[in-house]
Amino acid sequence: MQVIITVIGTDKVGIIAAVTTKLAALDVNILDVSQTIMRGAFTMMLLAQLPAEADFTAVKTQLQDLGADIGVEVKIARQEIFDAMHKL
Amino acid sequence: MESNQIKETIEMISEENLDIRTITMGISLLDCITGDTSTTAARIYDKITAKAANLVAVADAIENEFGIPIVNKRISVTPVALLAGSDPKPNFPAIAQAMDRAAKAVQVDLIGGYSATVQAGCTPADVALINSLPEALATTERVCASVNVGATRSGLNMDAVKLMGQVVKDVSAIDPVNAMKLVIFANAVEDNPFMAGAFWGVSEGDMAINTGVSGPGVVQRALADQPHATFEQVCEQIKQTAFKVSRMGQFVGKVAAERLGVPFNIVDLSLAPTPARNDSVAQILETLGLSHVGTPGTTAALALLNDAVKKGGIMAAEKVGGLSGAFIPVSEDANMIAAAAAGQITIEKLEAMTAVCSVGLDMIAIPGKTPATTISGMIADEAAIGIVNNKTTAVRVIPVPGKDVGETIEFGGLFGRAPIMAVNDGDASVFVNRGGQIPAPIHSFKN
Repeated sequence: MQVIITVIGTDKVGIIAAVTTKLAALDVNILDVSQTIMRGAFTMMLLAQLPAEADFTAVKTQLQDLGADIGVEVKIARQEIFDAMHKL
Repeated sequence: MESNQIKETIEMISEENLDIRTITMGISLLDCITGDTSTTAARIYDKITAKAANLVAVADAIENEFGIPIVNKRISVTPVALLAGSDPKPNFPAIAQAMDRAAKAVQVDLIGGYSATVQAGCTPADVALINSLPEALATTERVCASVNVGATRSGLNMDAVKLMGQVVKDVSAIDPVNAMKLVIFANAVEDNPFMAGAFWGVSEGDMAINTGVSGPGVVQRALADQPHATFEQVCEQIKQTAFKVSRMGQFVGKVAAERLGVPFNIVDLSLAPTPARNDSVAQILETLGLSHVGTPGTTAALALLNDAVKKGGIMAAEKVGGLSGAFIPVSEDANMIAAAAAGQITIEKLEAMTAVCSVGLDMIAIPGKTPATTISGMIADEAAIGIVNNKTTAVRVIPVPGKDVGETIEFGGLFGRAPIMAVNDGDASVFVNRGGQIPAPIHSFKN
């Protein structure tokens, strides 16, 4: 299952490290990544592949918990919904 | 990875209230008919709870995985007046109560279809169902009712219009909240996923999934970014936004239908407001350059909005149906509530607006002293607009006992609050009491 993970929050040291370390621990493979600072807000988007046996809800919960710990908002959604809205 | 598109989608959902307003499962109850309504009621409960057992779980899973809110999970069923079978004294409230229990058992928000379609005349069962409405709506929580009194091909059943004026009063006399669950239609559609008017027409299949989307906030935000746009640019912007919003309805409906193992039927291309901030259709009209909804220009603004929503949405979905258009319920739209409370919008202006948008006089609180014949007159006017213009129209008014213009009724939550609006105090009783049928208009004869 391919997913889009977005991380938004106030910029500070170590956000990418914390998120990617967590993804590695969850055996989630990153396929693409983009990161910018928009109007002072740290914004990162990742396209990632969940392992076949992964429990989506468990991954989501772990990422949201991590976001709460480091003070950023982490969202995860299956990638198909973004294609559905924007691609013919 | 298209970062801008991803960001746009996420902002639409998290900041602009884009959501799937409803996933509605249509279920035919024709195979539940028996010789008596009590047995039929038991079979109805069994069928609904079997067929819709996984509806809410599937919708919740989709919301979790794809990150788009699915606000309501609902069921629509065959118009119940058709289910009397050979029962000479149909006990329709027993069916309403079975529907209510079934809705609670499968945890859907509402179940629609406690309905009769009487545009060309009433059967004894239709009359029995209509007369049972006050009791049925008072003894259930989640059951929604509708009566179709007119159609372009049939004309207007004025006997039923007369009856419904009194029924609305009787329903409200028990509790005005119950009147929110009753819609009187002309040209009702058989695949509408929105409540309170949803039912599952007899020409539909055994079961299917229908979706209704909503995102007034998305459209409003897109227009607010272009304050000096021409009408062509405005319409183009609405079309593009409506396309994206409608694609969500198509996508989610398709996934839900696959997981439930039932056909996917239609997307209702709708703009449905809620009282939440930035979720208002009236605010879109105001963003187009009107000081408040109700100002001269409002009908034109609503017409262009409604048309552009359809043009944008129609290519986004495999099959489009339902009511498809902008809804203008007064008590469910924050800016509409404000305009009504300030006296800036009247029932007459709302009636004009219903000629160019989806449905009709919706969620309007009126003085409790309003005579039944006046309510019948309002129903007849609204039905005439629908019948002559080949569109669906409806009336969902709430006579509030003991309250008058200047007062407010609170419904709570998504249902908002409604200022009591003034009704013309002329007398329609002689007109309404004539009895009979207003024939179908000349342009209905197309064969």
